[in-house]
Amino acid sequence: MTTKLEPNQQSTSEPKLSKDEVLRYSRHLIMPEVGMDGQLKLKQAKVLLIGTGGLGAPLGLYLAAAGVGRIGLVDFDVVDFTNLQRQVTFATSDVGRSKLAAAKERLANLNPGIQIDTYETKLNSENALDILRPYDIIVDGTDNFPTRYLVNDACILLGKPNVYGSIFRFEGQASVFGVPGGPCYRCLFAEPPPPGLVPSCAEGGVLGVLPGIIGSIQALETIKLILGSGDSLAGRLLLFDALAMRFREVKLRRNPECPVCGDHRTITKLIDYEQFCGIRGEEAPAPAVTVPEIEPRELKARLDRGDNVFILDVREPHEVQICSLNGYLIPLGDIPRRASELDSAREIVVHCRSGKRSAEAVDFLRKAGFRKIWNLKGGILAWSDQVDPSVPKY
Amino acid sequence: MSVKILIPTPLRPYAGKEDCVKVDARSVGEALDLLTGRYAELRKHLYSDDGRLRNFVNVYVNDEDIRSLQKEKTPLHEGDTISIIPSIAGG
Repeated sequence: MTTKLEPNQQSTSEPKLSKDEVLRYSRHLIMPEVGMDGQLKLKQAKVLLIGTGGLGAPLGLYLAAAGVGRIGLVDFDVVDFTNLQRQVTFATSDVGRSKLAAAKERLANLNPGIQIDTYETKLNSENALDILRPYDIIVDGTDNFPTRYLVNDACILLGKPNVYGSIFRFEGQASVFGVPGGPCYRCLFAEPPPPGLVPSCAEGGVLGVLPGIIGSIQALETIKLILGSGDSLAGRLLLFDALAMRFREVKLRRNPECPVCGDHRTITKLIDYEQFCGIRGEEAPAPAVTVPEIEPRELKARLDRGDNVFILDVREPHEVQICSLNGYLIPLGDIPRRASELDSAREIVVHCRSGKRSAEAVDFLRKAGFRKIWNLKGGILAWSDQVDPSVPKY
Repeated sequence: MSVKILIPTPLRPYAGKEDCVKVDARSVGEALDLLTGRYAELRKHLYSDDGRLRNFVNVYVNDEDIRSLQKEKTPLHEGDTISIIPSIAGG
């Protein structure tokens, strides 16, 4: 018989473990480092997970498994087919569902005894303080710079620790910000990179298991904070290189000049983080260049007519293995060096995956004197949608 | 002083895909100049137009941030490791 916490029942009013909980957490209880005291601390802890994606998956699973009494989840996204490569809380049958609904169901199945609250909203300067306030520890599992700075600042203003983790391709970082006297995210990186410089997971790719490792590290750090045991990552930045299988760490110090946690604070309320990060509205790459374009259907019509069109593919060799229009391959980075291989007297259509890189190539080549050159609008993805659905999308 | 500079993933495309570059330098500034001299495209990712190190890239000598040492004037010792740590946000 499982004791179920009612949603509005404060876990602090029940400072004991039921018989079922004693059995469920026995592997914690028999270790002196956790014991009954530690497990009760976990039961009374309230942790907010911001983001239920790659990092959020192991976070939610391990914190629920550990018996954290109240877990809040913040996300507004819907499960996408491409998420399943790394967001292991979700099943194939969840594609199209709200991530929060799917995550809550998964975590509640794992541990029906905990309270799971969901906030289906984009975190912003208007709602962040209210959403974060009831929780003891905040975990940053987000995927963009504006939200990371927002979470950091909100945590400092509210005096709550912020367990940080981030990933890129096959590298990860982790730390704990916001402990008294410790550094915050701005002490580490005072400013974000300009938009478009660091690609998102969708653009740059990510090793699926990597957020599993970093997210688990974040769960571990959260549990250690709750138990008050071990050495936390506060004051250290953990760096992980998955391919080299190497962990390194560097020292992190609080910056006395930090505008939000330093000795002379100039930021005392939440700001406009999109503006701070140099973008407006949705996180977006730098604006695309404007170049002459050709629609996939029009290219198809011209090829069918027998027109002498030269197709230039500016993707990377490993992408050609996925799908190809049998174009001449010069990866974008090599275009300046290899432009002489192209005949400017011919009509050239340049393509990549989605039309962004090829637009840059067309822009460069036009400035180099090429006049009969067009960008394939929407890239090979649009070709698959509009001309040949047998071409796989990726 | 013979030192190595560890290049983080986001910057490897601009450093000939290398993950580690060895240079002979007496200070951090000199080491980074040698690096950007060898890989010119790296310069705009590390430095802003006014010649200062960008705020979203941190440089460490072994495990210390150069901002808590002598910044680019930080002297180097034989076998030191310079790490370039950029801000990443994936999740």
